[in-house]
Amino acid sequence: MKRKWNWPIWVGFVVAMGGLFSYEFFAQFPITRDFPWANLLLFGIGAALLLVGLFRAFGRPQLYRGKVFGSSFAAVSLFLFAFFAYEIFYVLRQVPLSAQAPRVGEKAPEFSLPDQNGKQVALTDLLSPNGAVLIFYRGHW
Amino acid sequence: MRSFQKRFSEFTARGVHIAAISVDSVEINRGHAQKMGFTFPLLSDAGAGVIRRYDVLHRGAGPKNNDIARPAEFYVDANGTVQWVNLTENIAVRARPEQALSAIDATKAGRRD
Repeated sequence: MKRKWNWPIWVGFVVAMGGLFSYEFFAQFPITRDFPWANLLLFGIGAALLLVGLFRAFGRPQLYRGKVFGSSFAAVSLFLFAFFAYEIFYVLRQVPLSAQAPRVGEKAPEFSLPDQNGKQVALTDLLSPNGAVLIFYRGHW
Repeated sequence: MRSFQKRFSEFTARGVHIAAISVDSVEINRGHAQKMGFTFPLLSDAGAGVIRRYDVLHRGAGPKNNDIARPAEFYVDANGTVQWVNLTENIAVRARPEQALSAIDATKAGRRD
């Protein structure tokens, strides 16, 4: 008897991959970037589907395919999730302490730097009339 | 930074400038500003001298293990005094414009008293 296609394994795998590769998309919006709940949700749905598929494959192997590739897909998904969790919950939190950064009440160090048109801009140019917000950022690549 | 651009007029209305600082070159900043529609200056601190002076250097964190700035936001008042500092503990979590705006408003209110 030909065994049935075990679709939850495939769909679960694709959804779990989506959990990782959609990070760049969701990182555009502060609400899904500050905490990556959208990605974690995708990983969760993927895991649930993979589990359903594996239960089918191992519980009723005469009816469903997927013992071998189901296990492989689950292992790959687990690895992707581990990588994602490591990046999100460890690597992104490795920020220098910046203990010597200017504090509230201290004078901001003066500077003069070229803007995107090559024009020099000094801090003093920015302070009138009501001060300036300085945003230090990692850069564009 | 896009969220600050979106609410740029609220900073202008308060007489407050915005400037963004990174190690990126003037050329990269020109392209980036055009692409993203940034109307505030993107300042190029290629040697990271200013970034070091503000102690917001992140060693080896760049794409080629070069030194770059960590995310950090300051509000400096008209006298050059720091009134608000935001040093995130997570690279993905940046200051929202409303945080800076309320710091600006609090500073203004404090001066009136």
